[in-house]
Amino acid sequence: MKARIFLAAMLTLTALPLGAQDRLPPAPYAYQQLNDPAKEARAKALMETLRCLVCQGQSIADSDAPLAGDMRHEVRTKIAAGESPEAIRNWLVARYGNWVSYDPPFDGATALLWLGPLMFLGVGGWLAFGRFRRGDGEEEA
Amino acid sequence: MRNRWILFVPLAIMALLFGAFVYRLVTPPETLIQSQWINKPMPLFDLPPATAGVEGLKSSQLADGRPRLVNVFASWCIPCRAEAAQLEALKQAGVPIDGIAIRDRPEDVAAFLNEFGNPFDRIGSDQQSSVQIALGSSGVPETFLVDGKGVIREQIQGVILADDVPRIMAKLEAMK
Repeated sequence: MKARIFLAAMLTLTALPLGAQDRLPPAPYAYQQLNDPAKEARAKALMETLRCLVCQGQSIADSDAPLAGDMRHEVRTKIAAGESPEAIRNWLVARYGNWVSYDPPFDGATALLWLGPLMFLGVGGWLAFGRFRRGDGEEEA
Repeated sequence: MRNRWILFVPLAIMALLFGAFVYRLVTPPETLIQSQWINKPMPLFDLPPATAGVEGLKSSQLADGRPRLVNVFASWCIPCRAEAAQLEALKQAGVPIDGIAIRDRPEDVAAFLNEFGNPFDRIGSDQQSSVQIALGSSGVPETFLVDGKGVIREQIQGVILADDVPRIMAKLEAMK
């Protein structure tokens, strides 16, 4: 009985996600590498720095979401057609914003992120310097 | 002695950090990724019909002088079913609506239209989500308000609710 209730609960939980899956096979280049190893390497490097819109927090190289598969197909098709990885990144950023890229540019929103470590290093150095100097002074006294 | 207050600076910093963490725990960040492709012309595309009996969709058809809706949907998308009544109401009010079916099969689209009605003038089949990506759309359902020149003016993410219908009609009316 308990097992049956558990099963019913599990089925209820999984019903919606199962129902929300499409029935199409993945796009041709979702799971297939490009024939040219150099191009595939460029595509792979780019896909690892593009963010999946569905499983947010995963790259499209890691995600099995259908939309991530379609994005890999898009990236590989564009690379195969000779587009540069940066052009493709910019193409996606124009549509989804910087959010889609794991390589954020230096701007107002990210300045603290980039400069923060330098700031902390500066403050730490200043504190340490003050402490050492005081230490010297005390020894002399 | 004179700088005793400085001892509390680390505590204050920790309290600020703690506050920031609690704030983000209580109000999770917005996870909807909005399209940046707004106030820009429809990307160029030419999609085949999504099912028999309904015309496919070309981007050039979206600049015929009439403001319209372009609804990105799928037969496998459960919330899209809840949107059918509102799309029907908009159609009845004279709003032209075109559809883009994402990763869909003709027989599934036919069954969906059969069950929930067909408010669409045309439905393009986007089997590899390429138009969806070109639109900066990240899920289904999404609806784009397109003006008479084929320029995207607004993106609505998620289901159009009954309350949204008057505002959408007013906005499309204002574009005429």
